[in-house]
Amino acid sequence: MTDRTQCPPERRVAEVKGVRRLGAYDLITARDPVGPENPQPGQFYMLAAGDWWGGGAGERPFLPRAFSHAAVRRHLGGGVELDFLLEDVGPGTRRLGQLTEGEPLMLLGPLGSGFHPAAEDTRPLLVGGGIGVAPLLCLYAELLATRAPAGVILGFRGAAHAAATELFGGAAHVVTEDGSAGDRGLVTEPLAAQLDRDPAVTVYSCGPPAMLDAVRALCAERGVECQLALESGMACGYGACFGCVVPTASGYQRVCVDGPVFTGAELAVAL
Amino acid sequence: MSDLAIDFCGIALKGPVLNASGTFDAIAARRAFGDVLLERFPFDAFVTKTVTLAPRQGNPPPRLWETPGGMVNSIGLPNKGLDAFLEQDLPQLAELPVPLAVSVMGFDHGELARLVEAVGARDEVALLELNVSCPNVETGILVGADPGETDAAVRAVRNRTAKPLIVKLSPNSVDPAAVAVAAAGAGADAISLINTLKGMPLHPRTREPWLGGNTGGLSGPAVRVVALEQVAAVSEAVDVPIVGMGGITSGSDALDFLKAGASAVAVGTESFRDPSVGRRIRAELSAFDEVQTVRKHQPISTSTRG
Repeated sequence: MTDRTQCPPERRVAEVKGVRRLGAYDLITARDPVGPENPQPGQFYMLAAGDWWGGGAGERPFLPRAFSHAAVRRHLGGGVELDFLLEDVGPGTRRLGQLTEGEPLMLLGPLGSGFHPAAEDTRPLLVGGGIGVAPLLCLYAELLATRAPAGVILGFRGAAHAAATELFGGAAHVVTEDGSAGDRGLVTEPLAAQLDRDPAVTVYSCGPPAMLDAVRALCAERGVECQLALESGMACGYGACFGCVVPTASGYQRVCVDGPVFTGAELAVAL
Repeated sequence: MSDLAIDFCGIALKGPVLNASGTFDAIAARRAFGDVLLERFPFDAFVTKTVTLAPRQGNPPPRLWETPGGMVNSIGLPNKGLDAFLEQDLPQLAELPVPLAVSVMGFDHGELARLVEAVGARDEVALLELNVSCPNVETGILVGADPGETDAAVRAVRNRTAKPLIVKLSPNSVDPAAVAVAAAGAGADAISLINTLKGMPLHPRTREPWLGGNTGGLSGPAVRVVALEQVAAVSEAVDVPIVGMGGITSGSDALDFLKAGASAVAVGTESFRDPSVGRRIRAELSAFDEVQTVRKHQPISTSTRG
């Protein structure tokens, strides 16, 4: 896998094929008729509804929203079908979740640099939380074809969010903060147990900042390499606005062009 | 259909659409989009993000806030500093297919003079833009909002380069036209406006300032009518060419700015919604027959009616 497929320099129109409810989440499927067929796991798209964007609460949204694709499939009619996982947490995600079949979805992507191959003599171990499971699902699908992962550990607030594990086809070890699905607890517990059994892994992680920092710290402690896919508020997605920076060992870096995937070593400053 | 080519301060441009400084990183965009970007470059001239003498990290996040019809940014002028800009970025920017304008900001006259001299000396650079939306470090007065400060700043640097100097005004002033008059009188070759409007979004739950930098600048369609009034006021007051910007989203918006007195326009926030929008705006503008007649117009009077 390369880590970055290039993005066409214009925003383009995709067609919504459907929006499926998945517990607390919406899974949007859209056909991208002329976009690249090989977006890399960990890359992302900027999304906006083609119609009625800006007519929501407080006359928002205005800017597009960033989402890593959860799946990509070749479409027999040409182009690809992309899946995006999202949760209604604001005017942008609310409008996107209300999209219906046939509506236009404005896309820019794929953007950023995705996951890169695991360190030699290690197997990939996927650790995700919440909406962060989306790029991990994409990675998981690719790995199944080449190098089976050592495991998938997913954590959620509760059962409504844990509904997303269905997408992994039963392969994931699930924990929830309230114990309403899977084991009660945080992903760091099964991760530590896994590293006790077999430390020859490269950890791939995506999820909320506190989870990412805990995973990073545990991997650093155990001398295990990790790749973390970050999220940030963004305006543009392609490095123009400098709005999405994260502190790293080399100063502030833009999540959209220098990330969204960073190594644990680069992020060994407070997130 | 209209021919959009212009002569801007002696520089031949194929059209009048520039990017607003700080809203497009051509080097990062090449990484994201590839070299096809150069074949389909969205602007008729490229204006860099502001370069300062010393490197700057910029403000802590959050740096962005969405508003109705726009956004607030508090980026904080991150840049690698003059030396690294000249060594690393300028050679790459020289590969762009359009003339290059470099934006500079100095925190005192000495810094500004050094920047203007070093940047102006480079053949790759066609124009300079003075970003004076910064306070005089001694008096605290926002330079670009004050005629006296602007006059002093432009005088301090005018003889450091023969290249065209554009002065970018701050809209957060009592009398932008007076600032423009001062800039032109001190030797500025052109005026650009507006920069962002000062704003302070609050966190929806804590109601403390949302931005890491506490205050920031508002941009986008919400400010367009403010920008149009200021462009018209400045156009009444000075004869030098004007680059008008503030919430332009379409060719029709651009034509409004030309009618208000601008010779060229710049697009900023709208590029965040579509990186190719500069091209769309140029194409839409060229579809208006009125472009040439508008360019020969009488200024719109901004004095209050009634």
